Amino acid sequence: MKQNIFPAIRLTFVCIVIFIVIYPTLIWAVAKVAPSKGEGETVTVNGKVVGYKLEGQSFTNDQYFNGRPSAAGYNAAGSSGSNKGPSNPEYLQQVKDRIDTFLVHNPTIQRASIPSDLVTSSGSGLDPDISLQSALIQVDRIAKARNISKEKIESLIQKNIEESVFNKIKKINILKINIALDELK
Amino acid sequence: MNSEIIGVIIMFLATIALAIPLGSYIGKVYNGNKTWADGFLKPLDSIFFKLSGINPLKEMNWKQHLAALLTINSIWFLFSMFILMNMSWLPLNPDANPSMSADLAFNTTISFISNTNLQHYSGESGVSYLGQMVLMLFQFISAAAGMAVCAVVFMAMKEKTTDQLGNFYNYFVKSCTRVLLPLSIVIAIVLLFNGTPMTFKGKDQFVSLQGDTVNVSRGPAAAMIAIKQLGTNGGGFFGVNAAHPLENPNYFTNIVENVSIILIPIAMVFAMGFIIKRKKFAWMVFGVMTVGFLLLLLPTIYLELQGNPAITKMNIAQPLGSMEGKEVRFGSAASSFWAITTTSTSNGSVNAMHDSLTPLSGMFTMLGMMVNAFYGGVGVGFLNFYIFIIIAVFISGLMVGRTPEFLGKKIEAKEMKIAAIIALLHPLLILSGTALSSWLYAHNPAAYAGWLANPGNHGFSEMLYEFTSSAANNGSGFEGLGDNTPFWNIACGIVMLLSRYLPIIGPLAIAGMLAKKKYIPESAGTLKTDTTTFGIMVFAVIFIIAALSFFPALSLGPIAEFFTIK
Repeated sequence: MKQNIFPAIRLTFVCIVIFIVIYPTLIWAVAKVAPSKGEGETVTVNGKVVGYKLEGQSFTNDQYFNGRPSAAGYNAAGSSGSNKGPSNPEYLQQVKDRIDTFLVHNPTIQRASIPSDLVTSSGSGLDPDISLQSALIQVDRIAKARNISKEKIESLIQKNIEESVFNKIKKINILKINIALDELK
Repeated sequence: MNSEIIGVIIMFLATIALAIPLGSYIGKVYNGNKTWADGFLKPLDSIFFKLSGINPLKEMNWKQHLAALLTINSIWFLFSMFILMNMSWLPLNPDANPSMSADLAFNTTISFISNTNLQHYSGESGVSYLGQMVLMLFQFISAAAGMAVCAVVFMAMKEKTTDQLGNFYNYFVKSCTRVLLPLSIVIAIVLLFNGTPMTFKGKDQFVSLQGDTVNVSRGPAAAMIAIKQLGTNGGGFFGVNAAHPLENPNYFTNIVENVSIILIPIAMVFAMGFIIKRKKFAWMVFGVMTVGFLLLLLPTIYLELQGNPAITKMNIAQPLGSMEGKEVRFGSAASSFWAITTTSTSNGSVNAMHDSLTPLSGMFTMLGMMVNAFYGGVGVGFLNFYIFIIIAVFISGLMVGRTPEFLGKKIEAKEMKIAAIIALLHPLLILSGTALSSWLYAHNPAAYAGWLANPGNHGFSEMLYEFTSSAANNGSGFEGLGDNTPFWNIACGIVMLLSRYLPIIGPLAIAGMLAKKKYIPESAGTLKTDTTTFGIMVFAVIFIIAALSFFPALSLGPIAEFFTIK
C-alpha cells in the first residue's frame, strides 16, 4: 500500500491535467469552427432568436402543428421523460384523454388514424419531431384555423419531410414547419 | 418488413467490423509490441510515467496489482467527495447549481469510480460544469482501471509459469492514452459537427414562436458524451441522457454513439485471442456472447415494434411501435438495440426511457444486466465471463471424470471456491436489496410513497431494476423511481462498491494463482475449450446461474405485468 500512495497521487494529478484541462480545451477549441461555435445552433426569424434548431418547443395553438406531449413541458433546462409504465392505469387514462382532446380539436379525423407518437410523451420531453402521419392529420384543423387551403399545407408538409438514410422514418420538424407556416400567405 | 431493422443491422455489423482490428491493436498495446500510433502517442505515455515517477517496466504479481488498483481508487474517492460537496463555491458554475448532500455525493462518487454512472441527480440542475468535468475524468480512469485489470488476467492466461504479470500503471496509462483518449477525440468531434454543444457559457434564454419564455441548458457536453459511450460509463451530461436532442442530435449520431457502447467490450475479446495466441478460443467466447446478446435483442425489437397492447386496445394506430419514452428520430428498433446494448454491456446510457418499455422488453434489459457478461463492461465484462468459464471447465471436468484444466493449468478447490462466491454474489446483492426495499415499502407504503411512480408489478420492477443496475455497475434506471433519498443513495452505493471490486478481485486472484501453476501441455485427454461443445457448456452455466436465480423475482415484476395487459 505504502509504495503505491505517492505514485497514485501523482498519477491522479497528471490525469486531472490531461482529462479535465487539456482534453476539454482541445474539444472546445475545435468547437470554434463547428456550427455556432459549439454553443448550440439557434433559429432566427426577422433577426430574433425563436428557438434552438435541435430542440422541440411547445405548440398548443390550433394554428400550429402541435408536437408530442412532453413530461417536461418542453423545459429545455430540465429534460425529462414521463417514466410511466405500460400498464399504469393512471397513465392509460391520460393517453385516452389526449386522444379525446385531439378529436375535439380535429373533428374530421377518424380515431384509428391517430398515430401513437402524437399522444405519448417523448423520452426527452424535447422531441423536435413528429411522424409524417401526425402532421397529415392536423391539416384540416390548421387550414380552418388559418383560413388557407388544405393543398397549400399539404404541399408544405411534403416539402418538409425529413428521413435518415438509415431508418427511413418519415418525420417532420415542428419548429421548422411552423416557421414556414407563418410565412405562408 | 421494416426499414428500421436495416439501421440496426448496419450498427451491429459496423461494430464487429471495427472491433476485430481494434482488438488486435489493443492486444499489441498490452503486449508492448510496436503499433502505428507509437510515433505520436509514446511521448504522451512518457509524460504520464515521468511526472508520476513510475517505472512502467517494473513487473508486479497479482497482489501488487490489486494493491495498486485499490490505492489509486481510494484517492479518487476522496477527491470526488471533496469536489461534489463543494461545487457551489468552486469555479465553473455559471448556472449556480448547489453542492451535493453527503449521501448523494457518496452515491455519485462510488457510482463514477466504479464505472457505474448511476445518477441520482439531474445533469442540468444537480452539478456544476466543474462537477461534470470531474465526473468525466472518472469516466476515463475508471474505464482504464477495468481494462488494466483485464489486461493482467490476459497476461496470466498465457502459456507459461510465472507470477510476474506486467505493470499495473503501464496497462492503466496505455488504456487511457492509446485507446480511450484518441477514440474520444474522434467521437467528440463528430458530435460537435452534428450540433452537440461544447461551451462553458451558462443557460441561454429565448422567446418561442408561441410566445413562451424558454431557458436552454448548454455546457461542455461533447467531450463528456464521447467518453461516457466508449468507456461503458453511461453517465450523461443532460438528465435524459442520449434521448436529449443536444446529446444525440440525429440518427447518424445515434449510430456513432451506439457503436461506441459495444465497440471496446467486443474488441477486448479479440485482444485476448491475440495476447494468448488462441484466436479460435476468442471466437468461441465471442460466439457465446453474441448468441446470448441476440436472444435478448431480437424479442425486444419485435415487442417494441408491436407497440403497447394496452394502447392497441384504444383503437389508435401504432405505426412506429410503442412510442412512450421514445424519440421519433430514432424509432422503436434503434431504441431497442440501444436498450439491449447498454444493459448487456455495463454502459447504462439510454436513448429511450426504460421505465416505459413494454413489460417483457423491460425484463430483457434486466436479464442483460443480470448476466452482465454478454460483452459486458470494458474489461470487467470479460472478467465476469472468465468466472463462468472456470465454472464450466470444472463441471465439464467432473462430467467426463478428469482433472479440470483450463489453458494448461489445473483448476483446484481454491479457485473454484472463489469462482462460486463471485458468481453467487451478484444474485445475492440484487435479490436481498430488492427484498429489503420491498419489505420497507410493503410495511409502510405511506412513508415511502415518493419511491414508486407506477403501481403494482411495475413498481416492483422499478426497485428490482435499480438494484440490478447497481450490482451490474450499469447505471441506467427505471427512472420513475424517486431515488434521491438517503435509503437509495446509501443502499445502491454499497451495492455498487461491493459489486465493482469483488468481481475484480476474484478473477484477478484466480488468474494469478493459475499463472503460478505448472503448465501441462495439451494431450488427447485435455478438455478442449475452443469448441462449440464447450461453448454450449458455458452458455448452460450462464443460463443456470445468472438467469434462473432471477426467475422468481422476474415473475413478480415484468412477467406478471405482461400477463395483466396482454
